[in-house]
Amino acid sequence: MTGAVPDRGAAPRTLLEKVWDAHVVVPESAETPAVLYVDLHLVHEVTSPQAFSVLRERGLKVRRTGRTLATMDHSTPTLPRRADGRFPFADAQAEAQVDQLSRNCADFGVELHGLGSPAQGVVHVFGPEMGATQPGMTVVCGDSHTATHGAFGALAFGIGTSEVGHVLATQCLLQRRPRTLAVRVEGALRPGVGAKDLILAIIARLGVGGGTGHVIEYLGPAVRALSMEARMTLCNMSIEAGARAGMVAPDDTTFRWLAGRPRVPVGSAWDAAVARWRTLPSDPGARYDREVTIDAAALEPMITFGTNPGQAMAVTAAVPDPAAEPDAGARASLEAALRYMGLTAGRPILGQPVDVVFVGSCTNGRLEDMREAAAVLQGRKVKVRTLVVPGSQLVKRQAEAEGLDRVVRAAGAEWREPGCSMCIAMNGDRIERGQYCVSTSNRNFEGRQGAGGRTLLASPATAAAAAVAGAVADPRRLTEGAP
Amino acid sequence: MNPIQIIESRTVVLPRENIDTDQIIPARFLKGTDKAGLGKAAFADWRYAADGTPVPGFVLNQPAAQGCAVLVAGDNFGCGSSREHAPWALHDFGFRAVISTRIADIFKNNALKNGLLPVVVDAASHAALLAAPGAPVRIDLAAQTVTLPGGREVHFPIDGFSRYCLLNGVDELGFLLSQESAIAGYEGSR
Ligand code: SF4
Repeated sequence: MTGAVPDRGAAPRTLLEKVWDAHVVVPESAETPAVLYVDLHLVHEVTSPQAFSVLRERGLKVRRTGRTLATMDHSTPTLPRRADGRFPFADAQAEAQVDQLSRNCADFGVELHGLGSPAQGVVHVFGPEMGATQPGMTVVCGDSHTATHGAFGALAFGIGTSEVGHVLATQCLLQRRPRTLAVRVEGALRPGVGAKDLILAIIARLGVGGGTGHVIEYLGPAVRALSMEARMTLCNMSIEAGARAGMVAPDDTTFRWLAGRPRVPVGSAWDAAVARWRTLPSDPGARYDREVTIDAAALEPMITFGTNPGQAMAVTAAVPDPAAEPDAGARASLEAALRYMGLTAGRPILGQPVDVVFVGSCTNGRLEDMREAAAVLQGRKVKVRTLVVPGSQLVKRQAEAEGLDRVVRAAGAEWREPGCSMCIAMNGDRIERGQYCVSTSNRNFEGRQGAGGRTLLASPATAAAAAVAGAVADPRRLTEGAP
Repeated sequence: MNPIQIIESRTVVLPRENIDTDQIIPARFLKGTDKAGLGKAAFADWRYAADGTPVPGFVLNQPAAQGCAVLVAGDNFGCGSSREHAPWALHDFGFRAVISTRIADIFKNNALKNGLLPVVVDAASHAALLAAPGAPVRIDLAAQTVTLPGGREVHFPIDGFSRYCLLNGVDELGFLLSQESAIAGYEGSR
């Protein structure tokens, strides 16, 4: 009975507090953190092997296999099966890790949608598609972008491998309640500006560590107006501001998106669930530990210029000058970032040549993202190597049903099999030392897309515009018809 | 997990801000299925040149860094991924504590479970540590103090339960397993 909200009388509560309260098994005290119940545990191949090993060593079982759901994404190839029916793994280690997850799921009775299955995908694209992520739930995964699932009004956060073991064995975690940070987005986003631009602007405002210790709740008319896909993009990158989780209160947009998915209730159980979910939004007068307000109408398409996601600016702006930075630490960090990126302070980023474009990942690998990229590629040719990687098998099928794969291929870009791919470069998809890549993923850390590679984070439209121009470009110029 | 009580060591200083988990251990080292031996991958992209040879100027390659148990890093250490490989790699290299002005949440949780003490100090103490690479420090977990090079003691915060677990080498899984009746009761009540 997820999302149950006990009535504690008149004290107004935030969304986070409601979800938290409903999952406390043992309350926290000065001496011990709370024992918090986990409704959904998502598992993938990279952060789980050592946790299953602990279960084996200690003779433990998976406590609730029905609340545990696995897929494969990080190490999996994005090229189709070879003629001999085998998958073209980058190396033996990647294959061994994937095999290990299959064995662990079989041994412990965990439902796995592995490589080759019709539901496989990047774990944070896959979970919501399965209808496994629902409002009011607690959701965890050994992956920091678990924040994505907060788009449904779930409390969803990443955990380490030790904690993966804790949840497998006990369905619980030891946690202290995080603080709350309200990010209110007033007004409306302008045409050509989307959720990715919004979250990059928010991170630039908060700083990469600014949300540490907090859960962000995104509020305001501009957030309400976002589709579920866009809300997932927004919540996904909460961790890039240091917040473990981001949340959006559920509403009709949420319920419409969820209805009919494999794991959601049906019939009267659905009606009862929706009635419960409607009680989740923060009460009027609920208090947050911090509040920040963003004016949506002031935002432009964004791009990063540095080596953390907070180093972002409007695509039309100039690379900032470290000399203008008063704080010595921040100045040194900006200087190091520009040196690594090979960018010159004061120069516009528009026109910066790029070598590779990547559209995909748990941030921007959903159907709307594929459509956004294809709309720019339609009838044009890419000038640089461009990979378009759907976030899941379902996204791939839906996109192909709309003919998006043909648009992508006709433009000269590669249409790949689902997976994390060039977001983390574990499966052989990577950029070379010194190359520039405009990427729709979430991290521009040094070497993230391949040792020595330089990443510029942006939206699917901005990435596709860069593919067509062979350089950083403003997608609004293309979609308005100007060359 | 071995208990931690007192850590006495010279420091290794990495002054960069926002050192992320991809720098602590790049993703290509995450393909294994056990925890052992990751110390050689710690900071691999800063430590080794493209051809695999050590970068002589990088602090972890210098003789003075060998045997050091305390890493002093710039503000906001450990942001990024949830990979527990990050504390595994630092611990395997020999570190038992990381000192910064801010430490990312998931990294901190992971470190606490692996005998790597996350120590958050104020900006002035941090500046003193950054300015004195290789200086000896003493960390007393029970007292929650760091003794700085000049002899001044500063207090650092740590969750009481985490402190108890580290001091006594208690693992959290054992504690959670002992909550079985409460967990079963909760499940029964939903
Ligand atoms: S797409 Fe990238 S960020 Fe998302 S789960 Fe995969 S590796 Fe992590």
